[in-house]
Amino acid sequence: MTEPATGFVRTEMLDPLAPPERAGGPLVWLRANLFSSWLNAILTVISLYVVWRVLATVVPWAANGIWDATSLSNCREIRDELYGPGVPGACWAVIHDRWRQLLFGFYPKALYWRPILALAIFVVTVLPFLVPALPRRLMWMAPVAPFAIFWLLWGGSVWTPVLAMAGLAVIWGVWSSVGDRHGAFAGWVAGIVALVVIFLPVGRAFDAVLGTGETWLDALFPLAGNIGALLERALPASIQSVITREFGGFELSFIIGVAGIILSLPLGILLALGRQSHLLVVRVLSVSFIEIIRGVPLIVWLFTASLLLNYFLPPGTNFDLMLRVIIMVTIFAGAYLAEVIRGGLAALPKGQYEAADALGLDYWKSMRLIILPQALKISIPGIVNTFIAMFKDTTLVMFVGLLDPLGLSNSIRADQSWNGIYWELFLFIGALFFVVCFGMSRYSMYLEHRLARDRR
Amino acid sequence: MTDTATADTAPLMQVSDEIAIEIEAMNKWYGNFHVLRDINLTVRRGERIVICGPSGSGKSTLIRCINRLEEHQSGRITVDGTELSSDIKNIDRIRSEVGMVFQHFNLFPHLTILENCTLAPIWVRGVPRREAEETAMQFLEKVRIPEQSQKYPGQLSGGQQQRVAIARALCMKPRIMLFDEPTSALDPEMIKEVLDTMIELAEEGMTMLCVTHEMGFAQAVANRVIFMDQGQIVEENEPREFFSNPQSERTKLFLSQILDH
Ligand SMILES: Nc1ncnc2c1ncn2[C@@H]1O[C@H](COP(=O)(O)OP(=O)(O)O)[C@@H](O)[C@H]1O
Ligand SMILES: [Mg+2]
Repeated sequence: MTEPATGFVRTEMLDPLAPPERAGGPLVWLRANLFSSWLNAILTVISLYVVWRVLATVVPWAANGIWDATSLSNCREIRDELYGPGVPGACWAVIHDRWRQLLFGFYPKALYWRPILALAIFVVTVLPFLVPALPRRLMWMAPVAPFAIFWLLWGGSVWTPVLAMAGLAVIWGVWSSVGDRHGAFAGWVAGIVALVVIFLPVGRAFDAVLGTGETWLDALFPLAGNIGALLERALPASIQSVITREFGGFELSFIIGVAGIILSLPLGILLALGRQSHLLVVRVLSVSFIEIIRGVPLIVWLFTASLLLNYFLPPGTNFDLMLRVIIMVTIFAGAYLAEVIRGGLAALPKGQYEAADALGLDYWKSMRLIILPQALKISIPGIVNTFIAMFKDTTLVMFVGLLDPLGLSNSIRADQSWNGIYWELFLFIGALFFVVCFGMSRYSMYLEHRLARDRR
Repeated sequence: MTDTATADTAPLMQVSDEIAIEIEAMNKWYGNFHVLRDINLTVRRGERIVICGPSGSGKSTLIRCINRLEEHQSGRITVDGTELSSDIKNIDRIRSEVGMVFQHFNLFPHLTILENCTLAPIWVRGVPRREAEETAMQFLEKVRIPEQSQKYPGQLSGGQQQRVAIARALCMKPRIMLFDEPTSALDPEMIKEVLDTMIELAEEGMTMLCVTHEMGFAQAVANRVIFMDQGQIVEENEPREFFSNPQSERTKLFLSQILDH
């Protein structure tokens, strides 16, 4: 190579230098972030004014709040006495008076410990799944916890959940042993056949002879239900039962929301996989299911659940309204999740599927080990978004006669003493929902951050 | 081109009479596009074949047919005595016997290097985790990156990732290895480290089919070089003859294009 006339050769390499000092201090920060231009300055001033107006109205109203009163008029009298007539002041006394109802509905007061214990079991069970730093060993609770929680909430004979668990264990055994030998698909078929063939007819036969079936769980697992009834006669072990009509308040929203969240995720995953299956029937079924469920408002599905299902179910089955609502909410959220997860699946490079195939992994293994972990990670914001929307949508159940917090606020107002009180109740209910939804949102951010390790 | 190896370092590697891959009158179409036309190829155990040819000539499609990442429409492909049919069991067996290395590595970004290597042995072969990890470490040592085993693929350089991809394929103890342009996504300074690994593998007698334009590599290890164009095998010869005395005009043109720079 010949040296060009304007050639240059570096004789010494440069050492790295520290970046230039950045001027600091609050004034500099204000200047840079709030008053960097005329437009920015005007927006800042307007925003500050709006914030100030809102706070100036709300803060004194909330701070002047009366906590001890027997009714709304009583509240007003006390307020006028304290601050003079016409001064705004909240009447928090309604919360003080009715918080138990807003939280637990008409659940028997003496049994409040049961939902609280159930909540504790729930938290202890899910924590090891949410926080990987906790020991894996704690996960053993997961298969038992749903049954324990169910029993604590609804009460009745301990044999019902124990046998339901035994029934599921049998199905799981069939599924896994057949699945190991003849592939996952055969396992699913055998499991479902076991469920239908063994449990329904045998259970119905029991029912016909003994007439023992009574709860909705008996309808779902008649065999377990009937053996349970026999065991209960031989070896009584029950706690006081609570019927669904007595459930209400935030407890009800929480049960429906959490059950819906936990059940809708697997449904959404299966639908998303079904939608991109190479089997035409599976694909068409998944697409139709998703489109039909998504295309109709949730409230319509809830009415369907509360009214129409009665026509389809065998006469005499007392299929619990709350269970029906949970199923509907699950299906509805599942359809939305399927679309969110499909986005995640589509975002994966084709090379990931090919590498998994080339190593000889079968479909379910490559989905479980390679594709879904990555697709779900991409979909986290959308998944949590769906969960939050679904959790708030549980307030719609008041239209089918379940007493969620909003439904209860109506019935509280129906009481003479609290007629005409709105804001205080709505704020309290809103705060309850906000805490849960904000918690979910923060958790999803933590999760994204934790999973960001495999930056590409 | 790299100066990885020259023809005179070509090791004395044994080729047995046993047939590893047999392709007979194979055709493939993408829609109406006839991408592979009447392919006939026999690969013996221990043979190392380099496939080259212009972009779009069907090289990737050909080797992807061998492990059924692509399906052929007519003709027969027999791998290790098993004919490729639509029987899922056969396909999964062949895939676990045939290792593949891709142009873009395709490591699993959510798993550590070690997990990338142990995944298939554990879940496909049912090897106990401890044993799979020991094997994986052996192969990671072989490709000279055992110290990276706890990192994630995104933390490694391209050359290191490709060597992990080779180790990952080797952990399945495959009898045949397919390489699809393993060095063409790499910076020049990383090509050598990957080629060295591949040369070592060849010296151990692995049956290899390698799509590459690294002619130094071809001269060092290949028994045969295959030139493809427009979905057909145009020329096939042992490397020295292939490079010094190409027969067809297409081959001459292609060689002049890749060698003259
Ligand atoms: N999935 C596909 N669908 C349709 N055409 C394809 C597909 N994959 C590859 N092709 C076409 O087939 C031809 C051969 O592709 P490929 O085997 O990748 O070539 P090479 O690896 O030799 O560059 C190209 O013309 C390409 O455009
Ligand atoms: Mg290619």
